[in-house]
Amino acid sequence: MMRLWRGVSDAIRRYPTVLASVSIITVLIGLSIYAVVSIPYSEVVVLWRGAGDIWSDTPRYAAPAWTNLFRSEKLPETFKLSSSDHNTVTEQTGDTSWKATTTYTFEYEYTRFPQEMNVFFEAQFEKRRPFVILTWTTPDGREYSMFRDALRPSQRYAISQDTKLTDQFDGEYPHVGLLADPDSIGQSGAEPEVLPGEYELRVEVLTFEEGSHVDSRFVVYGNVYGIAGTDHLRRDLAIGLLWGTPVALLFGLLATIGANITTFIIAAVGTWFGGFVDAAIQRVTEVNLMLPFLPILIMVGTFYNRSIWTMLMVIIVLSIFSASIKTYRAMFLQVKSLPYIEAARAYGASNTRIIFRYLIPKIVPVLIPNFVIGIPTFVFLEASLAVLGLGDPILPTWGKMLNDAYQGGALYRGYYYWVLQPAALLMVTGLSFAMLGFALDRVFNPRLRGT
Amino acid sequence: MAEESRTPPKAESAAGKWRVFSPAALRFARYTLIRGVALVVTVAIGVYIAVWIANMGGHVDEIRKAEIREAVGVSFRGNPAYRDLTPSEKRELMDAEIKRQVERLGLDKPFIGRSFAYLANALTLSLGRAERMSSDTGSKQVRSIILERLPATLMLFGTAQVLVFFVGLFIALFLSRRYGSFLDRLSVSLAPISAAPPWFYGIFLILIFAAVLGVLPYGGMLDAPTPKTTFGTVLNVVKHMILPLMAWLLSTVAISVYTWRTFFLIHSSEDYVELAKAKGLHSNAIERRYILRPALPTVITQFALTMIYAWQGAIITETVFSWPGLGRMLFQAIGMYEVPVIVGSVVIFAYLLAISVFLLDILYAMIDPRVKLGAKRA
Repeated sequence: MMRLWRGVSDAIRRYPTVLASVSIITVLIGLSIYAVVSIPYSEVVVLWRGAGDIWSDTPRYAAPAWTNLFRSEKLPETFKLSSSDHNTVTEQTGDTSWKATTTYTFEYEYTRFPQEMNVFFEAQFEKRRPFVILTWTTPDGREYSMFRDALRPSQRYAISQDTKLTDQFDGEYPHVGLLADPDSIGQSGAEPEVLPGEYELRVEVLTFEEGSHVDSRFVVYGNVYGIAGTDHLRRDLAIGLLWGTPVALLFGLLATIGANITTFIIAAVGTWFGGFVDAAIQRVTEVNLMLPFLPILIMVGTFYNRSIWTMLMVIIVLSIFSASIKTYRAMFLQVKSLPYIEAARAYGASNTRIIFRYLIPKIVPVLIPNFVIGIPTFVFLEASLAVLGLGDPILPTWGKMLNDAYQGGALYRGYYYWVLQPAALLMVTGLSFAMLGFALDRVFNPRLRGT
Repeated sequence: MAEESRTPPKAESAAGKWRVFSPAALRFARYTLIRGVALVVTVAIGVYIAVWIANMGGHVDEIRKAEIREAVGVSFRGNPAYRDLTPSEKRELMDAEIKRQVERLGLDKPFIGRSFAYLANALTLSLGRAERMSSDTGSKQVRSIILERLPATLMLFGTAQVLVFFVGLFIALFLSRRYGSFLDRLSVSLAPISAAPPWFYGIFLILIFAAVLGVLPYGGMLDAPTPKTTFGTVLNVVKHMILPLMAWLLSTVAISVYTWRTFFLIHSSEDYVELAKAKGLHSNAIERRYILRPALPTVITQFALTMIYAWQGAIITETVFSWPGLGRMLFQAIGMYEVPVIVGSVVIFAYLLAISVFLLDILYAMIDPRVKLGAKRA
């Protein structure tokens, strides 16, 4: 451990890139801890499955909100107005009838139209269903009556699918017509234009029971959302990107530990005992090298189980007898003939003691750079499997997001954010570990590795 | 690779009989033969493991039994000869028929016996029939499906390998000559970009050159109305190969240059190089004879290792670029749960790895004087 720290501090002093990669890795670790603490495992699984109405308030295929900074024509943001934040005026209109009026007002200054608009109702009542009247008022004072009906306990009114409104706007979608300058619609060859200004949606709820109550929520789905945008299932990509971090780091770390340490020990044991043990290890390594690693992984993923932990186990098992056994063996052979080993043998140290206390510690500095360089390999391996459609079935991973984007034709349809965000995170993670590893390699094994 | 040191005495007398051949040629032939046999054994072991994994603890047998039941059921339902039988008689006949089929295929015996038959079938590429996929000529034979896609993979990734080898060798030699220069330091600090696999760079390249600039195709091998002339077709294929090759180079060249440059530097610090310099030999001659020559076997071994990973990297790179080769076929097979094709592609990949390693071994034997001169190695 001391050696590692000395190596790292030495590397930082000599190579400025190391400082950058160490800080990136620290940020990634911090992000992982934040992810796991802020959204527990069980919750993220449910969120990413996206069952039911979890993602009813988010738009589809929305770019991240910050992309507006680079656009000359700002895309509408997604916003949500709800009766719990708005002042509701309630008046008693009869012995057992009440009228609650909520007025949602909002400024619409964008030049583009939103994707769609919805109003959600949650009604509480015993027997008599509450009645709702929706009225839309434009900045120039036009009024449109939209929805008037008795409510079910949980109901959605999709403004964009209201055909009665469509007829009033010469076939334009209601979410376009309601926000458009009336002179610009119905003109052949001309695109509808937004009428900027303050709009108002009035929700009048008539209830007929003591204690009956209606909550409403008005959602305007823009073309940008949040810090990372959304995908085809309306899922907030920020959650996937955030939770992809601990998954990627843990996967890379566990796979590297599992594969490297076993390889290392086996090489040491083989070299120490020599003879048959060594020969057998060598032959197994030669066979293992020629095994089609990825096709076998694919087979396991297809036939058995594509959980990330099963994959991890198979990867470790297949990597034990890897090519580095040969490298390690050559080094152990040199160490084996050193005088201190002979001394240990002379005073009667056991085989185990020699292997674990004398042989292995001597070569550990070589292991450390290999170890760090190995991490991105496995992080990308997980992503590769996910791109082939063998990603973990429940957890969000960067590779799975890339796969979703690829399947959804993100590159053809211009949803670049969907591809670039997970790709950038993969790149940053991979590069920072690789840069650190290569720098450590030059510190620990300085033979002709350049300046 | 230690086999050749344990020379059987018989081979010595054989060398006496075949005096027409030089001892070096005989040693070379023996080395090739031993490596060949070792690789065949390796492939057999690999495929055998694949057979066991594919059997999923007997599930394949269950699937096949279900298929038999289904087929027998259909044949009974459609056959007018059985129409007058009572249901119980019919069931009895059906059960007997199913039992006969299961016994005929040996499904009632333990898997270990059949596993060797499967192994033999797999090694001879008698891989059976696909359930859903078919080759472009309409065949359902797994062998035809695989062999039809093989040329596309060989063409793209063969080119990629050759390109990486020569480009990498050239740059590494160039840099080892300028050890410590800015370019050398730059290439050393660029080595980490090899951490990302080719398909990853492929996504970026598609985004830049296909989606944004629109100058190169998104993927595939030929444009939809194929060009009429042969020359046009070749040009069209080349156009489709640019992006995958670029992705491949971006991902693999940096690390190859990094390692090979190190080999060259190690060899250029040897005493005999100093002596050659002192003798006043031309720097080109020193480089060719005293640096490149002794470093080449190590370079080739290293290249063989990267090649093993490369064939497998082809699977995803082809998927990303929609290249109609083995990798994309495997991807489609996963999507369709096409068991025979998945097993078949494991076999074909095992062969591909073995054959490329074998060819590099021969090259190694031709270059490495220790094989040629038959010096004993530790």
